[in-house]
Amino acid sequence: MTTSFPPASTSRPPLAQIGPVAWVRKNLFNSWFNSILTILLGLILGNTLVSFVRWAFSLAQWQVIPANLPLYFVGRFPASEYWRIWVLVALLAALAGQTWGILAKTAPRLFSRPVLIGLAIAALIAVIFPTPLPYRLLIIGIEVLVAASAWFGWQMASKVPSFGKWLAIAWAIALPIALWLLLGGFGLRPVNINDWGGMLLTVFVSVVSILLSFPLGILLALGRQSTLPVIRWLSTAYIEVVRGLPLLSILFFASVMVPLFIPSNIRLNLVMRAIIGLTLFTAAYLAETIRGGLQSIPRGQTEASRALGLSTPLTLGLVVLPQALKVSIPAIVGLFISLLQDTTLLLIIGLFELLGISRSILANPQFIGRYAEAYLFIGLIFWVLCYAMSWGSRRLEQSLNTTH
Amino acid sequence: MRKWGSLLLAASLSVAAISACTSAPTDTTASPGAEGASPAATAAGGSRLDMVLQRGTLICGVEGTIPGFSFVDPSGTYSGLDVDVCRAIAAAVFGTSENIDSKIEFRNLDSTARFPAVQNGEVDVLSRNTTWTSSRDAAGGNGLEFAPTSFYDGQGLLVSKASGIQDIAGLAGKAVCVETGTTTELNLASRTKEAGVTINEVKFQDSNAAIAAFAEGRCEAFTSDRSQLAAKRTSLPNPDDYVLLDVVMSKEPLGPVTINGDSRWYDVVKWVTFGLIQAEEFGITQANVDQMLQDPNPDIQNFLGVQGELGQQLGLPADFMVHVIKAVGNYGEIYERNVGEGSELNIPRGPNELWTNGGLMYSPPFR
Repeated sequence: MTTSFPPASTSRPPLAQIGPVAWVRKNLFNSWFNSILTILLGLILGNTLVSFVRWAFSLAQWQVIPANLPLYFVGRFPASEYWRIWVLVALLAALAGQTWGILAKTAPRLFSRPVLIGLAIAALIAVIFPTPLPYRLLIIGIEVLVAASAWFGWQMASKVPSFGKWLAIAWAIALPIALWLLLGGFGLRPVNINDWGGMLLTVFVSVVSILLSFPLGILLALGRQSTLPVIRWLSTAYIEVVRGLPLLSILFFASVMVPLFIPSNIRLNLVMRAIIGLTLFTAAYLAETIRGGLQSIPRGQTEASRALGLSTPLTLGLVVLPQALKVSIPAIVGLFISLLQDTTLLLIIGLFELLGISRSILANPQFIGRYAEAYLFIGLIFWVLCYAMSWGSRRLEQSLNTTH
Repeated sequence: MRKWGSLLLAASLSVAAISACTSAPTDTTASPGAEGASPAATAAGGSRLDMVLQRGTLICGVEGTIPGFSFVDPSGTYSGLDVDVCRAIAAAVFGTSENIDSKIEFRNLDSTARFPAVQNGEVDVLSRNTTWTSSRDAAGGNGLEFAPTSFYDGQGLLVSKASGIQDIAGLAGKAVCVETGTTTELNLASRTKEAGVTINEVKFQDSNAAIAAFAEGRCEAFTSDRSQLAAKRTSLPNPDDYVLLDVVMSKEPLGPVTINGDSRWYDVVKWVTFGLIQAEEFGITQANVDQMLQDPNPDIQNFLGVQGELGQQLGLPADFMVHVIKAVGNYGEIYERNVGEGSELNIPRGPNELWTNGGLMYSPPFR
């Protein structure tokens, strides 16, 4: 029996489609219509980029930023006390680095290529940026500190299983230390909280509001699901009332109306008022986000833990909440990012956070009209802060990822 | 297990309490109206002067973002004409010119927050480009007290040369950028109505946004106080392309503000402001104030507290004006340093000259 093979030479195997040229041909120029679109968009983008570069290098007057750098970062914080800020930054850098190391413990390599590129870019910016030399050295030093503590944390995470717990305790201790460094007292010169400004104020108000609104949000979410009608109604009423009010009016209420209700000799700090306003506002949204997470947990989980004899609080604390919170991480971080950006509204109650301090700088007759430069700079700062948060949350999700 | 349950219950109840506290007052937000009486001023019984002295710091409301009047300079200190008025008041009250900024707490107030801040006692004095008007002064209006004018301003119109606008009639159908919540907005409405033209008002919460929109060509004209227009014009890409019209749409006397019904405190603010003008009239400057103490002129001796009891009558140290002048100088020095020839704004003194030089700055006698 003869089997007829097809003639071997009729078609050759396709050429491997690799390399940048092939990629461009396949993705950008695969039909005449796409070719036209590619060229058109390329022209528009190129033109925008060229005019931006031209503006940035010839028209823009960047001296507004280096001249006011301390204002941008710490506002009117006394210059003689800047060392306290550096100590705080170093402390936070060490803790953040170790946390990063722990979160990345499952990764095969700590310093992967994108991370190295990121570090290199940060170092380059620190070197190029026109600040006094000691500051550049300090910034580089802090970067080295982050990398070193990340490596330390990565090593420790695999050797000492309880390292994460210790780190959590260190973070908890860092908070009062940070307050002590910033506010003074106990041997340090006191600094009026009203003199804080710029990024210091933005970050402080955000961090404290996040820390306070998180437990409040969890309680409200649980309260709304409670079987006790009074608690359920009150939680629901709170959430619906606060969600029905714009943040601006809540802040305005906190700054203008609150003093009418308290005796005039007691003066509630403006920053505290802002934190209260932001916390109460965010907690309501957080409650709904977490409630969504709670509802996504199958009933079987609760029933199973009951069957094992766990009480209601233990069921919540050990079974339901950990799963619910894990599910809600992306939405919660989204809320926190918008909280960070909402701090720009503190301008309305007269706090000079990043946006407010820029406006005051722009009122200096020397820098009138440098809006684009100043706002571009704070836009960049906001982007870095927000991207760091979302990067951190993705790392957290990866390390908590226990689904099969 | 039972303990856990009660803990959770307690925690939830505290949430309930917080929610009850915060949701209840929001319903009554509207009731204490803008004309509200002054709970803060009367609550303590005494004058705000005693409160300030007891506290040891003066809380001064400023705008914080007006070129020449109040802004934060690169070293982190407040600077500007309004700010110097705050310093003058603090120097007089605390009887010192040394390190005066450590005795002042500046509070930044935008145009919507400024009057509530005075009424509820958040700030002791408002030195924030505030126009003195009848309704703001009246007890049935905003219920404020206006100290003497520290800067005579007036509303003007900035237009691009290309637009060809010459006067208010030329605004017909044109877009005009204006800051909302100010007298500027009301004046524009009444002047255009008077001229019988309809304009398209483009409103902004803040003047920087308004000028940016004007520079981008979103409106053909920008209206604001002339001092502000002069400052804003220097910031435009091509200042020569814009012209400040001769139109003066309003009288804008700007001065420090205190709360109604506290005449002891009001008198202090009023006479410190007058004192700045009087010092210029006497020719007393930051540099020569120590020599002037030996001046034989009895009016100057009274003024500087070498003799007489003008200071005590106001509840201030006898030599309060010496401290004021050492801290900030006389009115002319303040003007030149912040908005006049010594600054980039370079606004001619015009109506802000002394009455002896044809201006409006006039102080009643110190005797």
